[in-house]
Amino acid sequence: MEQKNYITSLCSIKNGIVSLDGVSGFSDKSIDGVDFIKAAYKEYQLSYPKFYKMDNLCKLAFVASELLLKNNPLTKKYASQDIAIVIANSASSLEIDTEHQRTISDKNNYFPSPSVFVYTLPNILIGEIAIRNSIKGENSFFIFDKFDAEFMSSYINSILDSSKAKCCITGWIELYENKYEAFLYTVEQQEGTLKTEHTAQELKKLYNH
Amino acid sequence: MDALIEQLKGEIIKQLNLEDLKPADIDSDAALFGGGLGLDSIDALELIVLLEKNYGIKVSNPADGKKIFQSVRTMAEYISANKK
Repeated sequence: MEQKNYITSLCSIKNGIVSLDGVSGFSDKSIDGVDFIKAAYKEYQLSYPKFYKMDNLCKLAFVASELLLKNNPLTKKYASQDIAIVIANSASSLEIDTEHQRTISDKNNYFPSPSVFVYTLPNILIGEIAIRNSIKGENSFFIFDKFDAEFMSSYINSILDSSKAKCCITGWIELYENKYEAFLYTVEQQEGTLKTEHTAQELKKLYNH
Repeated sequence: MDALIEQLKGEIIKQLNLEDLKPADIDSDAALFGGGLGLDSIDALELIVLLEKNYGIKVSNPADGKKIFQSVRTMAEYISANKK
């Protein structure tokens, strides 16, 4: 019999609104672009010494993951190696790549910043989440034109069905040119309060909501 | 020297993105690494870049770093002695 997997919690951050499990939380549309991420960090009284050193893409992933795991503390329910992290986006790490490029484009003013350079890969955000929560399970980062519900549902279900992991933190973390969108959710083999099966159809509904 | 120390604190905050700190929060004689600022190896590289970018000083011998970056004051003393 085929195993069913379920979306058990969900955090969305976009257009100046944070929502958890579909319920709107902190909201301030007057805050311009990515500054909203820092405002949300302060609003929810999150505390992590490395936060301000991260690039904006990691900041977004960090805030979304903190709120998601506060809502559904996977690390208290599963062993560290049983928690997978699978994230996708479209812009990769282009924002910080561009910043790095600016620091090396002038031969007479050539001062590449080590702390900028270390973020010039999108999967660094997975590392930040993993380090913060001591997660050691399977991880992957994919780049697509847009959120691909078919692929994400199929890929994460295959990880869980093949016992590579028992749960997964997954979703879409996109940030470029002052626009941002986090759609981060957890998938488990037991049904949660959301009572939503992890299928492409359900994912599309949640993503487009 | 005091003016340089204060200037350096501001530059360190900016270069290392220590957004939640003000210059007054940094003790001039406190250890930069292993202390309350939570600096790591990437920050050490940033401080080397700061010296070169803002003061034209290249730290060519990595072993010197331990003495130079002991505190804000030792950094300021090194800058005063080596600024071009």
